[in-house]
Amino acid sequence: MKVFLRLLSFLSAFRWLVALAILLGSLMIASNMLLLGMAAYLIAAAALGPLLAILTIPIYIVRLMSVSRAGSRYAERVVSHNVTFRLLAQLRTWVYRRLEPLAPAYLHKQRSGDMLTRIVADVDELQNVYLRIVSPIIVAIIISLLTFALFSIFSPVLAWDAVAFLIITGCGVPLLSGILTRGLGKRQLAIRGELNAQIVDGIQGVPDLLAYGQADTQLRSVATLEKKLDQIQQRMAVIAGLQQALNDLLMNLALWSLLILAIPLVVAKAIAGVYLAFLALVILASFEAVQPLAEAFQKLGHSVAAGERLFKVTDTNPQVQEPVAPLPVPSNTPGRFSLEFDHVHFAYQSDEGQVVHDISFEVSTGKRIAIVGASGAGKSTLVNLALRFWDPDKGTIRLNGHDLRQYALGDLRGLIGVVSQDAYLFNDTIRGNLLLARPEASDSEIEQALEQAQLTAYIQQLPKGLATWVGEQGLRLSGGERQRLAIARALLKDAPLLVLDEATANLDPMTEHTLLDALDMLMQGRTTLVITHRLVRMERMDEILVLDEGSIRERGTHEQLLRSGGLYQQMVQLQEGILSLT
Amino acid sequence: MNRMLFQHSKYASGVVLLTILLGVMGVGATIAQLVFLSKVVNSVFLAHGTLAQVGPLLLLLLGLIVVRAALTWLREVTAQQAAIRVKSALRLRLFAHLLQLGPAYSKSESTGELVATASEGIERLDAYVSRYLPQIALSVLVPLMIAAYIFPIDWISAALLLVTAPIIPLLMFLVGSYAEKHIQRQWLALSRMSASFLDAVQGLPTLKMFGRSGAAAERVARLSNAFGERTLKVLRVAFLSGMVLEFMASAAIGLVAVILGVRLIDNNITFESAFLVLLLTPEFYRPLRELGVARHAGMEGKAAAKRIIEILQAPLPVQTVATSCKPLANPLAITCAGVTYTYPGSERSALSGVNLTLPAGSCTALVGRSGAGKSTLVNLLLRFMDAQDGSITVNDIPLSALPIETWREYIALVPQRPYLFYGNVLANIRMARPSASAQEIIEAAELAGAAEFINQLPRGYETEIGERGARLSAGQAQRIAIARAFLKDAPLLILDEPTSSLDPKSEMLIRQALERLMHNRTALVIAHRYNTIASAEQIAIMEHGKIVEIGKPERLLQQDGSYTQLMEMYRKVRVTI
Repeated sequence: MKVFLRLLSFLSAFRWLVALAILLGSLMIASNMLLLGMAAYLIAAAALGPLLAILTIPIYIVRLMSVSRAGSRYAERVVSHNVTFRLLAQLRTWVYRRLEPLAPAYLHKQRSGDMLTRIVADVDELQNVYLRIVSPIIVAIIISLLTFALFSIFSPVLAWDAVAFLIITGCGVPLLSGILTRGLGKRQLAIRGELNAQIVDGIQGVPDLLAYGQADTQLRSVATLEKKLDQIQQRMAVIAGLQQALNDLLMNLALWSLLILAIPLVVAKAIAGVYLAFLALVILASFEAVQPLAEAFQKLGHSVAAGERLFKVTDTNPQVQEPVAPLPVPSNTPGRFSLEFDHVHFAYQSDEGQVVHDISFEVSTGKRIAIVGASGAGKSTLVNLALRFWDPDKGTIRLNGHDLRQYALGDLRGLIGVVSQDAYLFNDTIRGNLLLARPEASDSEIEQALEQAQLTAYIQQLPKGLATWVGEQGLRLSGGERQRLAIARALLKDAPLLVLDEATANLDPMTEHTLLDALDMLMQGRTTLVITHRLVRMERMDEILVLDEGSIRERGTHEQLLRSGGLYQQMVQLQEGILSLT
Repeated sequence: MNRMLFQHSKYASGVVLLTILLGVMGVGATIAQLVFLSKVVNSVFLAHGTLAQVGPLLLLLLGLIVVRAALTWLREVTAQQAAIRVKSALRLRLFAHLLQLGPAYSKSESTGELVATASEGIERLDAYVSRYLPQIALSVLVPLMIAAYIFPIDWISAALLLVTAPIIPLLMFLVGSYAEKHIQRQWLALSRMSASFLDAVQGLPTLKMFGRSGAAAERVARLSNAFGERTLKVLRVAFLSGMVLEFMASAAIGLVAVILGVRLIDNNITFESAFLVLLLTPEFYRPLRELGVARHAGMEGKAAAKRIIEILQAPLPVQTVATSCKPLANPLAITCAGVTYTYPGSERSALSGVNLTLPAGSCTALVGRSGAGKSTLVNLLLRFMDAQDGSITVNDIPLSALPIETWREYIALVPQRPYLFYGNVLANIRMARPSASAQEIIEAAELAGAAEFINQLPRGYETEIGERGARLSAGQAQRIAIARAFLKDAPLLILDEPTSSLDPKSEMLIRQALERLMHNRTALVIAHRYNTIASAEQIAIMEHGKIVEIGKPERLLQQDGSYTQLMEMYRKVRVTI
C-alpha cells in the first residue's frame, strides 16, 4: 500500500491535469448514460402523449449528449495520454537521478545487464499507473455515486440495488479472477522465462549447436516448454472468459433485479411508468464504468511489484559520499598531479576475499607506472578505487597529497582520463560521443584528437562523417575502431591524469601496433597508470608493479625485473614462448 | 498473409470460425433478450401489467441472460484457443527455421531482434488472432443481422443505420492512414528516444568517468518530454478516428430516438417495437466500436506477423543433395579449390578464389586481419553456407555430397566466443557427445585444463552456467569449449582464436592442452598470437578474401613476403629482452 502511495506521489506534480482527465472520463460515461436514458424517455413520453412540444427538451438533451460524449471521449484520451507521458518523463528523471550516485558500485553486485533492462522495463510498466489504474478506479467511484444519486430520486431501493451490482462487478469479479489465476500467473512467468532462455540460447549459440549437432535437442526442449506454456495459457483463458461472462451476467442481472424491484413500484404508482425505460437504459450504460476494473486491479498488482523492485534499488544509499566541503580542483598549470596509494585494502563484498591487499605505490607528476598481472589479479579494481567508484576498506588514496575523499567527485573525475577495454559508446553521433569528453571542444580540437588517434582516414570514408550515428541503430565498429574512438575521447578530455585499463587486449597485432602509437601520443606529458596483461613497450615505463592475487610481488623497471629472474621474467617468457626464429 | 499464419497450426482457422459463429449466436441471444425486455417494459408501462403477470417473461429473460453469459464464456475461450494454437505452432516453426538458417543469417540480422521476434513478437499475434480477426467478421455480420431484424419493424431507422455503417470504418481508415504516415515519419526519432533511457542507464559508469552524469539527467528529462510531446501530436490525430465513430454512433442513437418519437406520436408504431429498435441501435454500433479497440493491438500483431513471415521465407543457405553415405577414413585431408563466397546483400566478396589444402593429420594456421575472410572459410567448412563457386572436397569426396549432420560429426569446433548454454557445466560439455559418461566428461575437462576452476565453482560440475547462471570469464569459457572438443574426439579440428582472451599464463596452459588435442588430427587454427601459429606445420595468410601466402614457416620467412612482414610486426610489438 505504501508503495502504491509513493507511486501516486509522482502524479502530484500535475494533479490539475489528472483531475481534468478524471473529470472528462466521468463526463464521457455520464453523457452516454444520459444519452441513452433520455432517448428512452423520449420514446416513452412520445408513446404517452400526442404533443411534439413535450419532446423538445429531451431532444435537445439527447443532441447535447451526443456531442458531449464524443467530445469528452476525445479530450479524455488526449489529456490522459498527456498525463501518462509526463509521468513517464518524471519517473525516468527521478530514477536516473537516484541511480547516478549508485553506479557502478551497486550495479556490480547484481548482474548489471539484466538489472538495468529490468529497471527500464519496470519504469515503462509504471507509466500505466495513471491511465489503467487510478483513472478507471476513480471514475468508477464517481459514476457509482452519480448512479446512486440519480436512482435515489426515484427510490432508495433501486439506488442500493444498482450500487450493489456495480460494486460486485467492480470489486468482486476482479477479486475472484485474481484468486483463481494467482498460481497460474506465477507459473506462466516462470515458464516464459525458461522458454526465452532456450530461445536466446538457440539463436545466439547457433554455431555451437549446429557444429555439435544439437539443434534437434534444442528444438525439442523448446517444444516441450511450449506445450507446458500452452496448457497454462489455456487454463488462464478459461478464467479470463469467466471474468468476461460474469461481467456480462452481472450487468444484465442488475437490469433484471431493477425490473423486479421497479415494477411493483410502478404498479403502486410510486414511480411513473414512463421512467421505467429510462432507468433500464441508464443502469445498463453505467456498467461501462466498472468493466475496466478487472484489468485495473491486475495491473495494480504488477505495478506495485514493479514499484517495489524499483524502490529497492533507488532507496539504496550510495557507497561513496560527496565531501561536505570539497577542496578546490588543482589547476592545470603549473601541473602537479600525483596519485598515491597508501596501504590500500579492498574487497567488493565483506564476505568475499580481499581483491587488493596492502597496495602502496606512487605515480608522480608526469611519470608512467605499469601494473601487470594475470587477469583477476585485481588490476581493474585499482582503477575503480582511483576513480572513487568505491572507497578502500583500509588505507588512503591521495591526489596531490590530499585524500581523494576531500575532492568533489565531479572534480576528481574531471582530472582523470580513462581508456578501458570495453569502451561504452552511446547511441549518438560520433561527434556526440566525442563531445562527451568536453562539450565545449571546438571542431579543430576534435579533428586534432582524431588525427592523433589515427582515425582521420576512417572518418573521412564515412558518408556522414562525424554525424554518423553509432550504436544500437547505427554503425557497428570493430574492436580497433572502438578503441581508437575511446582514445580520441580521452585525448579530447585532455585530463592531466591518464589511466589505460587493458586498452589493447583482444586486438590483433596489427591493430594493436597502430594503437600503441596513438597511446604513446596520449601519454605524453601526462601522469599515467597503465594496467595490462600484455607486456609490450614496457621499457618505456618508469616503474612496473607486478600484481599477483591482490598483492604487489615485485616492483622495478623493466630491465631490473628481467634481471631479477622472478615473476615478471616468467610472464615475459610465457608471452614470447620459446623462440626459434632466424 | 493470414493463410501463411494459419497454415502451420491444424484447425486454428476452424477455431476462429467457431469463435465467429459463437459471436453471432451471442448476438442472437442479445436480440432475444432485448425483445423480452421491451415486452416487459411495454407490459408494465402501457398495459399496466403487474409483476405476477410479467413473471413468465421475466423468467425467460433470466434464462436468456444466462445463455448469453455462457456464450460469452465459450466465445472467449475459443478465441484464446485459436490464438494459442497459432502462436505455439508458429513459434516452433520459426525457431526451427532459424536453426536451419544458421549463423549465416543471424550474422546479418541483429540477434537481439531475432530473439525479440521469436519471443515477444509472437505474443503480439495473440490479440490479432483472438480479437482482431474475429471482430472484422463480426463487425460486418452483426450490424447486418441487426439491421435485418430492425428493417421490418422500422425501415427508416434500419436505412439510417445501414447508411452510417460503412461511413464509419471509411472515415476511421482515412484518419488512421493519415496518422500512420505521421507515425512512420516520427518512427526513427521515437525509437531512438525510447532507447535513450536504457542507453543512459547502461552508460552511467562512462558518464561518471567523464563527469557528465549530472548533465545526462537533464538530457534524460528533455528527451522523455520531447518523446511525449511528439507522440502526443501523433495521437491527437489518431484519436480523431475514435471520436468520429463515437459521434456518429451517439448522433445516430439520438436521431433514431427522434424518428421513433415522431412515429409514436403519429401512432405509426407501437411502443414495444420502438423501444426494441432503440435498444438494438447501440448494439448495431458495438462491434464497430470493439473493432476500433482491437485495431491498435491488431496492427501491432500484423506488423509482428509480417516480420515473422519475412524470416520464414528467408531461403536456406544450404541445399543438400546428399549422395554419399560411406564413412570417411581418418585422418581427413581437406582441399579448397577456387572457393568464392559473397554474403547476400554485400558488394564485395568475402572469399574469392581461395585455394587451400589441409593435409591429413597436420595443423594449418590461418592468419590475417579481422575481416579478411577467415571466419567465412570456417563457416563454409562447417557448411553453414555453401560456396557459390569452387569446391571443397574431403578425402576427394565433394563436401556437398555428404549429408550435413553427418559431416558435422567429423568436426570439433572451438569458436572464438564459445556459447555457454542454460544448464550446468556437465551438460554444457556433454553436448559435444550426448552419450558420454560423466567420467569421460571429467576426463575431457582435465585434458582441457578446465578441471581446476570447475572444481572451485560453488557446485563443481553441477554449477549452473550460461545466461542465468554463474558468469565464467572468457578464459574459462574457452576452456569449456576446448573440453567439448576433447570429448567429441573428431578427426577435424577447427580452432577460431582459441587463446585470444587469455593472459600469458592461461594461454600457456591451453596451448599445451591444444597441442595434445591436435595430435594426429587435421587441424585449422585461426590465430593472432605468435605462439599459437609458430608451431603449425603450414601457415596460410589471408588478405581481402584471398590466400596470399602459404607454406611452411621457415620457407615463408625466406620468401620475404607477407609472413615476414607479420613477423616483423610481432618483433616490434614484442618485449625487448
